[in-house]
Amino acid sequence: MKKDETIERHTIAVLVDNEAGVLARVIGLFSGRGYNIESLTVAEVDQAEHTSRITIVTVGTPMVIEQIKAQLDRLVPVHRVMDLTVEANSVEREMALVKVAGTGERRVEALRLADAFRARVIDTTHTSFIFEVTGAPTKIDAFIGLMRPLGLVDVSRTGVVAIARGPEAM
Amino acid sequence: MAQELTGAEIVIKALVDQGVDTIFGYPGGAVLPIYDALFQQNKIRHILVRHEQGAVHAAEGYARSTGKPGVVLVTSGPGATNAVTGLTDALMDSIPIVCLTGQVATHLIGSDAFQECDTVGITRHCTKHNWLVKSPQELTRVMHEAFYVATHGRPGPVVIDIPKDVQFQKGEYTGPQNVVHRTYRPKVKGDIEKIKQAVDLIANAKKPVFYTGGGIINSGTVASQLLREFVRLTGYPITSTLMGLGAYPASDKQWLGMLGMHGTFEANNAMHDCDVLINIGARFDDRVTGRLDAFAPHSKKIHVDIDASSINKNVRVDIGIIGDCAHVLEDMLRIWKSKARRPDKDALSAWWKQIEAWRARKSLSFKTNDDIIKPQQAIQRLYELSKHRETYITTEVGQHQMWAAQHFPFEQPNRWMTSGGLGTMGYGFPAAIGVQIAHPDALVIDIAGEASIQMCIQELSTAVQFMLPVKIFIINNEYMGMVRQWQELLHEGRYSHSYSDSLPDFVKLAEAYGATGIRASKPSELDDAIKRMIDVPGPVILDCVVDKFENCYPMIPSGAAHNEMILGDDAEGATVSEEGKMLV
Repeated sequence: MKKDETIERHTIAVLVDNEAGVLARVIGLFSGRGYNIESLTVAEVDQAEHTSRITIVTVGTPMVIEQIKAQLDRLVPVHRVMDLTVEANSVEREMALVKVAGTGERRVEALRLADAFRARVIDTTHTSFIFEVTGAPTKIDAFIGLMRPLGLVDVSRTGVVAIARGPEAM
Repeated sequence: MAQELTGAEIVIKALVDQGVDTIFGYPGGAVLPIYDALFQQNKIRHILVRHEQGAVHAAEGYARSTGKPGVVLVTSGPGATNAVTGLTDALMDSIPIVCLTGQVATHLIGSDAFQECDTVGITRHCTKHNWLVKSPQELTRVMHEAFYVATHGRPGPVVIDIPKDVQFQKGEYTGPQNVVHRTYRPKVKGDIEKIKQAVDLIANAKKPVFYTGGGIINSGTVASQLLREFVRLTGYPITSTLMGLGAYPASDKQWLGMLGMHGTFEANNAMHDCDVLINIGARFDDRVTGRLDAFAPHSKKIHVDIDASSINKNVRVDIGIIGDCAHVLEDMLRIWKSKARRPDKDALSAWWKQIEAWRARKSLSFKTNDDIIKPQQAIQRLYELSKHRETYITTEVGQHQMWAAQHFPFEQPNRWMTSGGLGTMGYGFPAAIGVQIAHPDALVIDIAGEASIQMCIQELSTAVQFMLPVKIFIINNEYMGMVRQWQELLHEGRYSHSYSDSLPDFVKLAEAYGATGIRASKPSELDDAIKRMIDVPGPVILDCVVDKFENCYPMIPSGAAHNEMILGDDAEGATVSEEGKMLV
């Protein structure tokens, strides 16, 4: 396989004006041009300035990743596009809410494993827990994998948020 | 000082302040307040089209022939959806269009109201940007921003969707000088270090070629002048895409003709063999590159484009310069002159000798006879009989379009309007109407096919109403000629549904609309018919009956490289690879 054809995974942060339809523009760009979205998160980050930050995890060849960034950057409401995978040393986190149902030994085991993952119990009944777990996506994958045989019934994940290390703003 | 005006009045005032004197439109329920405001003023002329697609194409013709944005006004629902083809066309060819659409009142949005559609949703993919204006307070800002976005950076169409209640409500108006866009700041000056590297590469080239495109035209006439100066200073050969024709004069000896699928033998071979490729304002479109892995394989590539996403999209380049063509060319010229650059004379003369050998193949030649008009001959005669005038050419899409590009030479920019990216049949005639509106005394000719012309033929009514002397020159071969040609080459001559059956009598059709109809069926009738077409006042259809089975050559078959062209003479055994058949 040539270097240009290797598939890379990149986390891209996009600062946008929080105007109507801006998320549809970003998603439409990905679907319209056949790019992949592995995860996408969005929320307003500055109320006074009406700016939102979108974090996208995508995969593609280096040429496709370069295209994705250029295409995002030319959307009119976009302030800045930053490739956190290459432009900066960055940290990534994701949160998940994980519902596990069960009784007896399985229930105890779920609680014990949750403790090892520093997952918090945020709701409980006699037959279920909801855990809140935060970390890198791989850690969440691992936690969910462990919960599956112990009565996993529901998962809700936020998708990745990421930020560059160091004192500088995006 | 801010003034309180109704939304409809704000629209009109903003248009006037943006320097708009003409709009193309079609009324309907959701834009009645704006039409009422139009009625009560005399600064803006409204051209009533007969279909909203025609309005957008007319605005495109207006924009492309003047360099100013074209403005469209249509109603909600079907008015907006009919405009979609034109908007997509303008997006693909980077034409600045401001399209105002009416929308149902804000409280009805989402209720499936009469003539409601999700206009911003539908047009999000076929505009550079769009807005739904939910209050009259936002309207001034959006109107001025829309013109800014449409005309700055890589130009393109924008849509402003205005609900009917917003058109009635009052809001504050401020002039364009008070509106600054929050985010959009396209880069026009190129990176000077990269420009220096590019100039070094250009100066040291042994087998260079300039490959220019519509970006030069969009950049303005200054860009064309700078290009001419730079190309003449270097003495290098130059070719251009379909969209860039006219930026460099076709009569000049350094001009190789158009490149690409139906480009000349010399242009395509020069592209294939060059060692330095200088792309200014073109986008490595698939009609130009042919097989990508065999595209200009031994060359270093320079790419100047105002749109960063065009660089390294299809073809990886060695030096990518993001900036406006005129600005970058100005810097290139300055650096070239200040360093007293001289091209390698010996290498260049050897290169030109090779190019002249390719040119000697006369790849655009064709055989005429006394019985039947050849389509190429028709276009050549049209050129000869109109070249002393101020002539503007538009086209539809297909064989006639390629023949026009090959056989009608252009000396100036903004004289050639064609649908390049989207390839929209039905573009040429409304576009010609837009051109004629902008240039009332010019000779404006739509070179058409008998199939394409029927896609927006209703605009004859518009031409007659506004006394626009647009000439429709139909190359009538009774086939969707390009489809037929591909069926001949790729599908063993099974002409599936490409015959133009049940054609109207175009002479009578013209007369039915109140225009003039002329027919030429023999080579001996051609010149007189063209002269009459030009001389008769008002709109004219000239139905030029030509050879049904003439193919458009030369041709790079799909999936082939630039040096694998089929010429007219040896077209018999032409084959297309299995991979090529998958391509369009």
